[in-house]
Amino acid sequence: MQVYYAGFLRRYKMLYFCDIFFPEKSFPLVKISTLLIYIDCQMKTIKEKHSLAMRWFHWINFPLLAIMIWSGILIYWASPMLPILFPEWFYKLFNIPFRLAEGMAFHFLFMWFFIINGVMYVLYTLISGEWRELVPNRHSFKEAWLVLLHDLHIRKTVPPQKKYNAAQRIAYSAIIVMGAGSFITGLAIYKPVQFNWLCWLCGGYYAARIEHFLLTIGYVLFFMIHIVQVILAGWNNFRSVISGFEVTEQP
Amino acid sequence: MKIKHLFRKKVLTVEQRIKRRNIISFAGFAVLYGGIYSSWRWLYNSPEETADITGGVRKPLRAALNKTELAFRKVFDPKHLVKTYPASMGAKEVRQNGDIGIDTALEPGWELLVIKRSGQELHISLDDLKALPKTDITFDFKCIEGWEQISHWGGVKFSDFIAHYHLEDHAKMQYVGLSTPDENYYVGIDMPSAMHPQTLLCYEMNGQPLPLAYGYPLRLIIPVKYGVKNLKRIGTMVFSNERPPDYWAEQGYDYYTGL
Repeated sequence: MQVYYAGFLRRYKMLYFCDIFFPEKSFPLVKISTLLIYIDCQMKTIKEKHSLAMRWFHWINFPLLAIMIWSGILIYWASPMLPILFPEWFYKLFNIPFRLAEGMAFHFLFMWFFIINGVMYVLYTLISGEWRELVPNRHSFKEAWLVLLHDLHIRKTVPPQKKYNAAQRIAYSAIIVMGAGSFITGLAIYKPVQFNWLCWLCGGYYAARIEHFLLTIGYVLFFMIHIVQVILAGWNNFRSVISGFEVTEQP
Repeated sequence: MKIKHLFRKKVLTVEQRIKRRNIISFAGFAVLYGGIYSSWRWLYNSPEETADITGGVRKPLRAALNKTELAFRKVFDPKHLVKTYPASMGAKEVRQNGDIGIDTALEPGWELLVIKRSGQELHISLDDLKALPKTDITFDFKCIEGWEQISHWGGVKFSDFIAHYHLEDHAKMQYVGLSTPDENYYVGIDMPSAMHPQTLLCYEMNGQPLPLAYGYPLRLIIPVKYGVKNLKRIGTMVFSNERPPDYWAEQGYDYYTGL
């Protein structure tokens, strides 16, 4: 016992002393075995990462955005602006054709939840102060380049970062700006008479439709990169978006 | 074992805390996504509304469409004007979409039939309408499919028509219903939109009499609605406090389609 303890003491500075000194008289063997397990693993600490509110907004947004994109394609099919983009087999594969009315009905229901969730998220980041970790600062654009080089294995050193690195700050802020863009262009298309000033702001009805559509393409691209990055970042990072913490191991 | 031991707060190790929080949060996540998934299944598989004035769409979605309309009515001004353009900007080749209700031959001696609440009928000829003050409008015509086109139309303002034929008490009702002579196409319009100063009983396009495919002899031009409400070849006009039947609202589209 003592041998074990002495041998590992240097590596694991903080141990469970109460266990080591056998505070309970019964079952010493059980205690010893637990101790060995404790000793034989690295010292872990819980590092809080994402607040419950952030996780909630993120995971509520995901299905809402998916439904908005799907119902959006049902609408888009009726009068595509960029016909080259989606070939016929794509529409067939996802059963898109002749569902304009259905698409509009879904789109105009889920827009409410999508907007409410987005607005609540922005308010939350403002009130909680978390925006400070999300909004790019004056170093971010230079650093984002270093992040890119690092991610592409061109540069070895890891750029400095707090909760989010520079590229993440830019991406996560851009997606909010895009959301606002979808909201504005969407309103301009949905009620072009009532919001004719919004329509004008977007550069006209047709321009608003193009912008609304391109923003959606932007979401899809964001999603693809996001998924790849999440996979590369690994389980600990992914778990933190569900459980809120990361586990750090200290040698 | 003393009973108080059961209530003694256990000091958890880091491992135990990690495990515990993982279980709680992943269980919470599973419950959340289970709820989301089953809500979606419920909505997606919800029964279609019973075919009536509206039809063709899932019940909850129809309720949402109607509620959304009511919510917007509270904040929107029904008199909001549509942006107009110089007549020269009107398209020369006007897009033509849909021939339901006008694919049968137009019977000679067309007259607009207005059925009053008393049951009394008004028969109004095209010349009668042309004798009323004419209004022109060039605006961005919008199809529910998504396309739009600036086009130039001329005719009698609906509100002028109401005033001339002393139908003011009818215009106090909530809806006006229009249908083609063969009754194959029909629309219901809420009265504020019908009485909108830019709504026309239209008989001219680009300064020329309406071609057949564009609704000769008389069509509705209602810039605050999608094209689907701009009925071609008006045969009958009725007034009602109930929603009149509407061709596309029966096919799953929003009844109001206000812009």
